[in-house]
Amino acid sequence: MSLVNMKNIHKHYGGVTALRDINFEVGSNEVVGVMGDNGAGKSTLIKIITGLHPFDKGEMYIKDKKIDPRKYSVKKAHEIGIETVYQEQALAEKQSLWRNIFLGRQKTNKLGFIKVKEEKEETNEIMRELMGFTGIGANPDSNIKTLSGGEKQGVAIGRAMHFDADLVILDEPTMALSLQEVEKVLNFIRDIKKRGKACIYISHNVANVYPVSDRFVVLDRGEIVGRYEREKISLQDLNKELVELTKVEG
Amino acid sequence: MNSNSKLLSKEKILKYRTQVGLIGIAIIVLLLFMVTSPDVFLSPQIYKSFLSTVPFVGVMALGLTMILAMGEIDLSFPSVMALSGFVFAIVFKTTGSIFIALIATIATGAVVGLLNGLLITKIGIPSIIVTIGMQFFIRGFSNILSQGRAYPMDLSSSIFYKIFAGNIFGLPSQSYWFIGLGIFLWFILFRHKFGEHILFTGDNEDATKMMGINVDRVKIATFILMAVLASFAGVLDIFRMRTWWPTMGEGYLMMVVATVFVGGTSMHGGDATILGTLIGAFLIGSLEAGIVAAGLSGFWTRFIYGLLIIAAVTLHTVLKERK
Repeated sequence: MSLVNMKNIHKHYGGVTALRDINFEVGSNEVVGVMGDNGAGKSTLIKIITGLHPFDKGEMYIKDKKIDPRKYSVKKAHEIGIETVYQEQALAEKQSLWRNIFLGRQKTNKLGFIKVKEEKEETNEIMRELMGFTGIGANPDSNIKTLSGGEKQGVAIGRAMHFDADLVILDEPTMALSLQEVEKVLNFIRDIKKRGKACIYISHNVANVYPVSDRFVVLDRGEIVGRYEREKISLQDLNKELVELTKVEG
Repeated sequence: MNSNSKLLSKEKILKYRTQVGLIGIAIIVLLLFMVTSPDVFLSPQIYKSFLSTVPFVGVMALGLTMILAMGEIDLSFPSVMALSGFVFAIVFKTTGSIFIALIATIATGAVVGLLNGLLITKIGIPSIIVTIGMQFFIRGFSNILSQGRAYPMDLSSSIFYKIFAGNIFGLPSQSYWFIGLGIFLWFILFRHKFGEHILFTGDNEDATKMMGINVDRVKIATFILMAVLASFAGVLDIFRMRTWWPTMGEGYLMMVVATVFVGGTSMHGGDATILGTLIGAFLIGSLEAGIVAAGLSGFWTRFIYGLLIIAAVTLHTVLKERK
């Protein structure tokens, strides 16, 4: 069973074509690295899969169910089991850690009032077990703005892990992180695979994408221009291919 | 455990430092008034008087606190108060039923709030422009309909009069509404998921959308809430005055805005204080009486308002930036 299957997907923003004739598939237990320059269409591809933006043309299937772009939303994507760690981390800086973890999926009573104690206790567990936040002085009440870049990424990843997604999408998760923090993110991706889940890993950095991905897809100016399997290509060759494929003619 | 609890209490003090600072300012101002006019400010009568006048500004300031928490602004509420009051007067005169008039009044506020919200979210006009336009439009609309006439009403024999403008346990009814709404809205803003969506929208709108929150719906609902609260302030005013005036709400705009900023809610969204707004309302509401009682001319009022606003906002900014 393929988890995501996109057929001839098109997306325009006004007069600008963001994606053209995209055919893209993710299996139920594989890591797919998506690469390409700025403006190649990587983020648009993700926003379509996560329900943030609708596609204009083509067909999309998730877990073999056809998706109606008018009815698909982030909430639906969460329900299906798709979690995303965005480049911008999708965190609100002035809010506490526990509120950020549960935003959109609050634990509430019938009247919609939040079960604060429950959310804080669960956040504490997530911090210890999934984020590796031990002895750094942060607690569930800490504001996001008091955390380092790596810790913020940890929160976003911890949130994705906590909701036990079948597909985790990471959009440039290692940008502005230290080497140690990058290694943590890569281990997290390896862990997704080990747990039998799938991952789409978007990055500029081939050296990071290569060791953890099963397949690579290269996007350029809204089109898929290359597909590779890790078993059949070395890091050096992939690098060369990438430079060649995304070369600006002129 | 000891250090942990100490850390917690220190954190709590840091968390509520703007409110603590504001209470400090309020105490200083009050002491100043007690020294300059002991006859007035050492008697309970003046405080009862505040409890009957402050809620008009305060109820709208609570609504504006929610709007600012969302990173938006609403300047149409004084006119919403006037139009809603006019609708109350007309419906009451036509049907003779206070209950139907109340429903119509609140519905009027809801419709204006919905219009504000739709123009802001669906057309994409900034809230400051929409609500300035709406302010003129609604004021003009109620003037055209009323032809500038006032509408006196006989409301004092009704039970609703006691509920909205009477005395309950020796205190003005309006004060119960104000404090009650303050507590209710605190729970909504900080303990209900709708309030959480307001704070997140004001903090990081894109991130809020990415987490599946319908930000447009949150904004529309909050503008409706603001307008309904302005309508409710109109109801309180009508019961107090037992007359609808075409100028109803005029002069409240700056008072309400000042109340919220003095209270410590920032313009940047994602952060708000209901307790600060409650204290700010009493602080702003007591100034004029204090200034006049101190023997200063009315010319000093604006000067001292300005001074207080600048001092309070400076204090909040400095305290918030301190690590």
